[in-house]
Amino acid sequence: MLLDNNRRNPSGILPSEITPQDLFEQRRTVLKAAGAAAAGLLLPAQAYAAQTLDFQKTAFGKEEKLTSFEDVTSYNNYYEFGTGKEDPAREAVLFKPTPWTIKIEGAVKQSKTIGIEQLMKLAPLEERIYRMRCVEGWSMVIPWVGLPLKALIDWAQPTGNAKYIEFISYNDPRHMPGARIPVLDWPYIEGLRMDEAMQSLTILAVGLYGKVLPNQNGAPVRLVVPWKYGFKGAKAISTIRFVEQMPHTSWMKASAREYGFYANVNPAVDHPRWTQSSEKRIGAGLFAGRIKTRLFNGYDEVGQLYAGMDLQKNF
Amino acid sequence: MQAWIYRKTFNMPMMQNLLQWLAALSAKNRILWLKVLIWLGAFIPVSRLIYLGFTDGLGANPVEFIERSTGTWALVFLLLSLGITPLRSLTQQAWLIAVRRLLGLWMFAYACLHVTTYLWLDYQFDWVDIAKDIVKHPYVLVGAAALLLTLPLAATSHQRAIKALKQRWKSLHKLVYVIGVLVLLHFWWLVKKDVTEPVMYSLLFALLITLRLPIFIKNRKS
Repeated sequence: MLLDNNRRNPSGILPSEITPQDLFEQRRTVLKAAGAAAAGLLLPAQAYAAQTLDFQKTAFGKEEKLTSFEDVTSYNNYYEFGTGKEDPAREAVLFKPTPWTIKIEGAVKQSKTIGIEQLMKLAPLEERIYRMRCVEGWSMVIPWVGLPLKALIDWAQPTGNAKYIEFISYNDPRHMPGARIPVLDWPYIEGLRMDEAMQSLTILAVGLYGKVLPNQNGAPVRLVVPWKYGFKGAKAISTIRFVEQMPHTSWMKASAREYGFYANVNPAVDHPRWTQSSEKRIGAGLFAGRIKTRLFNGYDEVGQLYAGMDLQKNF
Repeated sequence: MQAWIYRKTFNMPMMQNLLQWLAALSAKNRILWLKVLIWLGAFIPVSRLIYLGFTDGLGANPVEFIERSTGTWALVFLLLSLGITPLRSLTQQAWLIAVRRLLGLWMFAYACLHVTTYLWLDYQFDWVDIAKDIVKHPYVLVGAAALLLTLPLAATSHQRAIKALKQRWKSLHKLVYVIGVLVLLHFWWLVKKDVTEPVMYSLLFALLITLRLPIFIKNRKS
């Protein structure tokens, strides 16, 4: 292939030496951004990121010590932007979370779309300070700003066939370098059972620390289910589909033995790699050690959703 | 990126210049200088960690950062020590053998830092949790096994042991191959999904083993 190309290429320039078009365009965007900033103007994307939200305080997590904004926005698992923890903060800089619409489809009265601005008006925005436990054995405390997922479900008007909800994340290999590599089966798919989705703790987050979501945290809208492992929180949601069958999520496809559909935080269900009985709290310092992980991440009120279920089997 | 790593690692003129400079020295000085270089080089990663630790530069998860860094450097020194024998036969510089032990001991030093970080900073010497972690998680188990196997090698690395054990010393130190395999398994099984790094280190290990094959065959014949 390479030889063949050379023969037909009298200039002697190797294809590998030519700047790929998307990189070339990215450079132009960077230059434009620099130019705009110099002129005292802001790009829409940057204006979006600086936006402060109007929200109500709530009692959730009042007793918790918050993980710093710096740590929350620099240590992320967001494989569409790379598998390293620092990759998303770096690679998502040029990602444009606006304009944004979410498709609502499947078992609903009528398929429709909803814009991010309209979504943010479905219910008053609330601050929810939640613990987030990652399956990898670390945790944070994050002051999310969002609205109950229930508000969107009510608006969507699902039919009686809707037993589960599937969340499909935005997938654009051109602007998401990680999505060019098949580490996971793209697009990222997550799911919840209908009653889990209606639970009042389950929110669609549109911000954190009082401002709109930074790109690396899943802008413009992501799922937050605080009693489940972090990977359940699909980021940059582009489609919400009401379905009858249990969705086959990206991590289940990657390794069904390691990642179950429920993925409830449970110190008694171990993972083949990581200790699940304890966790490291991000930002606690080098000598802080580990803290005990609690069933359902300490959100005991969700226990009734799983009454009579074998949590060892349905992990 | 790959091309850059390749150029930096296998920059033959640079390597040749260094070797020529070393070759011009007397045998004793040559070994001394190379040892000084290795000592200086080996102190860089740990000094960097200490510096980053004091300047709040270890990121959101400092324990993980130190575990990864020390683990990676232990693996690098393991590969460097395995590289000496093929390099000797390729360059015909028999004296290079004099620095192999130093590289092996630095592997041991970084492995000790790695394990200390795990036992102390990660698990605060909570032996019950540590025992559970080792038994339940295959990657921790093979890592622990690798560390145990390095102990007899480090303990018999001095001249007296070499003399006392004679031919048995050579057989004993073949354990380094087993350690290499265990350490690579440790790395593979620890990674969640993106196996790029373990693949790269495994390929290097395989290359070093392949380069040894002629030596193995020669030794078998004689």
